[in-house]
Amino acid sequence: MADGALASPAAADPRDRGGPQQPLLIVNGLKKHFPIRSGVMGQRTGTVHAVDGVSFQVRKGEVLGVVGESGCGKSTMARLLMQILKADEQELIFDGDPLGPRGISVAELRRQMQMVFQDSHASLNPRMTIADCIGFAPRMRGEPRRKVAARVDSLLERVGLAPAQYAHRYPHEMSGGQRQRINIARALALEPRLVILDEAVSALDKSVEAQILNLLNSLKAELNLTYVFISHDLNVVEYISDRILVMYLGRVVEIGPVERVYSSPSHPYTRALLASKPSHDPRRRTLAPPITGDPPNPINPPPGCRFRARCQFAEAVCEHVLPELASVDGAGHAAACLMQQSGSGHSKAPA
Amino acid sequence: MNKSMILPADAAARAPAPPGRRRANRVLSRLRRDKTTVAAMAVFLLIVALAIFAPLVTGGEPYAGSALERLKPIGTPGHPLGTDELGRDMWTRLVYGARLSLISGAAPVLIALLLGGGLGVVAGYAGGRVNTLIMRTMDIFYAFPAVLLAIAVCAVMGPGLASTIIALGIVFIPSLVRVTETATTRIRSMDYIEAARCSGVNDLQIIVHQVAPNILGPVLVYAASLASLSIILAAGLSFLGLGMPPPNADWGQMLNSLRQAIYVQPWLAALPGMMIFITSACFNLMSDGLRAAMDVQDG
Repeated sequence: MADGALASPAAADPRDRGGPQQPLLIVNGLKKHFPIRSGVMGQRTGTVHAVDGVSFQVRKGEVLGVVGESGCGKSTMARLLMQILKADEQELIFDGDPLGPRGISVAELRRQMQMVFQDSHASLNPRMTIADCIGFAPRMRGEPRRKVAARVDSLLERVGLAPAQYAHRYPHEMSGGQRQRINIARALALEPRLVILDEAVSALDKSVEAQILNLLNSLKAELNLTYVFISHDLNVVEYISDRILVMYLGRVVEIGPVERVYSSPSHPYTRALLASKPSHDPRRRTLAPPITGDPPNPINPPPGCRFRARCQFAEAVCEHVLPELASVDGAGHAAACLMQQSGSGHSKAPA
Repeated sequence: MNKSMILPADAAARAPAPPGRRRANRVLSRLRRDKTTVAAMAVFLLIVALAIFAPLVTGGEPYAGSALERLKPIGTPGHPLGTDELGRDMWTRLVYGARLSLISGAAPVLIALLLGGGLGVVAGYAGGRVNTLIMRTMDIFYAFPAVLLAIAVCAVMGPGLASTIIALGIVFIPSLVRVTETATTRIRSMDYIEAARCSGVNDLQIIVHQVAPNILGPVLVYAASLASLSIILAAGLSFLGLGMPPPNADWGQMLNSLRQAIYVQPWLAALPGMMIFITSACFNLMSDGLRAAMDVQDG
């Protein structure tokens, strides 16, 4: 769902540094391993490879959908990007500025990048009014009270809540959909350019979910935003995303424009994932067999392709070679599967 | 959920109240509906008022005794609550005793609330090694029985009001650290704290504005219940001769000196104990009521 026609050109933003061609966010080799300690002395007995060398780019003004089973590292990745969790290895480049002493600081990154959480209830302080919640960050950054109050009112209006009616309520006095609107307003309070939506609509029922998705689309157009939209709901991702990134056990297995990935998935996992998506039309029942088994344990995964234990095309070579992302068609569609890579030694690989 | 039924006009009319005062108002109005708590508060305020205006409501001479009027029973003309073993007026001494007993009930808790609460928030918010260091240190204090620890501190510092307060403060710090740390750890992992961290607000601001309001309820309630314990322990220290030395009027110390008269005038000897009981019961009932009133969720 590109809103390119509605969006004002990216160059209109005074904070834009690299121009429209510069990706808003470049992530290189993002890695987070959680040690598992046990015993009295806390010996390290294993490592969870939560996010294991993830690289991708987010273009200006696009919606990048991130899908994958639960436990594949989607939310960990969101927290790593926000720097709430400390990555083991990372290279982030925000609009041409590398994160670090030579480029952009964490505080400045957080000003331009905000996050909306899944649990609309847990992500609002129960003892703060709606207005205090939304205005918290600007207030703490030293903006005058009057200015913040005006900003809060305009944000509430923007997300479709009447300020006079809602500003002084507490979170428990609101419905789930209203609370998620407030979370979105709070994320927008610092005027970010990139918003990470971590399962932001997953906990809502379908009618409210549709309202929030429409709200996100119109906000994106009005405020010239870029989204990283994390979800396990393939229909929602297809609706809102321009490009899609498929994760499996902490690695990117496929990335590309949403129509291409949905119409011709190149990785067996993506194929299985899309086959599991129920159709709304009873005459178009899914005939492909669904993916079986649980994902393998992310603790100390075996070498080679992570998906091979559940893959019907797995061969001996898959046990030894960890496939990297490689372009499938030269148009931004890439997959990490040996079957797509010529000379990989897989019998189905192109010559 | 009665708030969601408020009409827009009503909500707008209430809007100008600052949020802090609005919350306080809500707690107060709910406290007012709780009859037990109101009664406990009334009795407690009466005791406080008596302590403050002690010279006005009594003869003003808690130490003046008369060898001829020793151990007069309750209801003796001129001595409504009788006299003690040295012929001192019990009413006067009980009222003056309220001063010392209330101070030794409240002051140690305030000290422990500041130090223990601060340490607990730091331990809970920082987590990891800082948490381990602080909590294991507190475990060492836990290893000593509370009364024994208080006795040891008082014995080292010598009897007196200051050493009673310091000793009891030290006794209460570990348990307040534990309560605060538990509450903070629970809050720290909430999404709204992560959201606040995402917005680039520093840790001190998050603790003051986001963590503190959420842990204040349980910590204050616990502190209020400690105040009743503090009065009893302070009385105990006086009883053992480690608190206020005679001839000071202090409920624990009075209980101690009247103990010999228990077969002669049992009701008289029980009076200081009854005051301790009433005051600590008031603290307990008030802390229960406070907990119920501060619970936001079922607003």
